Amino acid sequence: MLLIDCPYCGERPEPEFVYGGQAHVARPRVPAEVSAEEWAHYLYLRDNSRGVHAERWRHTHGCGRFFNALRDTSSDQFLATYKVGEAPPSPAPGSPP
Amino acid sequence: MQRFSGLSLLRRGLGGQRGWQPQWRHPDPKPAYDALIIGGGGHGLGTAYYLASEHRLTNVAVLEKGWIGGGNTGRNTTIIRSNYLFPESAALYDHAVKLWEGLSQVLNYNVMFSQRGVLMLAHTVHDVQVAKRHVHANRAAGVDNEWLTPPEARAFCPLLNIGDIRYPVRGAALQRRGGTARHDAVAWGYARAADALGVDIIENCEVTGIRRNTVGAVEAVETTRGTIRAPRVGVAAAGHTSVILKMADVELPLESYPLQALVSEPVKPVFPCVVMSNTIHAYISQSDKGELVIGAGTDAYTSYTQRGGPHITSHALEAICELFPMFRRMRMLRCWGGIVDVTPDRSPIIGKTGVPGLYVNCGWGTGGFKATPGSAHVFAWTIARDEPHPLNAPFTLERFRDGNLIDEAAAAAVAH
Repeated sequence: MLLIDCPYCGERPEPEFVYGGQAHVARPRVPAEVSAEEWAHYLYLRDNSRGVHAERWRHTHGCGRFFNALRDTSSDQFLATYKVGEAPPSPAPGSPP
Repeated sequence: MQRFSGLSLLRRGLGGQRGWQPQWRHPDPKPAYDALIIGGGGHGLGTAYYLASEHRLTNVAVLEKGWIGGGNTGRNTTIIRSNYLFPESAALYDHAVKLWEGLSQVLNYNVMFSQRGVLMLAHTVHDVQVAKRHVHANRAAGVDNEWLTPPEARAFCPLLNIGDIRYPVRGAALQRRGGTARHDAVAWGYARAADALGVDIIENCEVTGIRRNTVGAVEAVETTRGTIRAPRVGVAAAGHTSVILKMADVELPLESYPLQALVSEPVKPVFPCVVMSNTIHAYISQSDKGELVIGAGTDAYTSYTQRGGPHITSHALEAICELFPMFRRMRMLRCWGGIVDVTPDRSPIIGKTGVPGLYVNCGWGTGGFKATPGSAHVFAWTIARDEPHPLNAPFTLERFRDGNLIDEAAAAAVAH
């Protein structure tokens, strides 16, 4: 079970949270203007790297707020958590563990 | 290859079990092959076997970073069924069930395929409607599936508690042709049969790069045991497919999650079938060794660690204890995790990748073992002829761009 450091509430056990998938996925501003490839890329293609992964979590059974985290998917160790709107701290997502 | 028969077992038994040869060779990789398969699980080994046996492509190697069958082939709960909702899926999985039915004879290796029946429980009004829809769709597609009332379900599986529980059993769908097989034997049987046809099985050989030529086609694979040239490369690497295909700059709509399973201490035969509950998320059968084999759901987050949280397995055990109160005092012996590659529609991707000579068989998610022979059979066809078999033609990578999803995720409403 993961111990997750909510930026608002501090460290709490994983069952208090809901995983929200890859972070920083931007929806195309005008969907009608993008190609089928670009739309499929937005809808379905995710990073899925073995290494540092930027992802969203929601502290559902706590403050209820979304936040972002950097986690190493080869060890499940959290490297950082940060608030929505903030840039990811280093190491950059996608880099090796 | 030494063929197994009653006579050969008797003769070597009387001779003190001397004279048995290794089941497959351990060759060093050659500098070049006609085709390479990355991933020495059931799907990869089966693909090499069908390339050699049906397409006369015998200059083939299977590259495995660990030992064969040490990934998801050796980590799953061995359930086999084909009662999927959509005609494309039912056809593909039923192709596999038909191959399972003759596999021990074809491979001359006992894969212990046991058609003991798979009972899928319904606990809510919605479950009942969905299950009946599956039953009707399957029967229309020529796949056996039948609806059982709660007393009929208990008659089929006498240990089942259909009464006084939080989610009472309101009925069940039964596929009698479904069942289990011995997972290790599937890997070993395919390895032995492929080796006998000339396929090199190269263990402890991790792929570190995929080299492409000036027109972008696959040229060679870099490994921890040197560079191996091949004009055709098939990837069957399950949870690590994204990592491998990134080496050829191919992105896939996959996410890799931990999936956990556990077994109990071995006991005498008590459990006659396979029981699955998607709603309260538990899967159970009894192995021939006597262990209860129990499957849990995936963890919430993507990971490559091959382990997951204990709250996931305890959730599955709570469901098992409700459904089968006599197991409340059983002790669990081992638990483990495997990494499964999940697609957005929970259907596999089997076909070309956009890179000439590079083929992929992935996205089986939480239920790839049941498809092993069918998946390997159509993937070998795809690699040998550079075009999909009619059964895997709908399972392209392009379906996500074109909106032709085969949405078993929505059909089952959970991972399956």
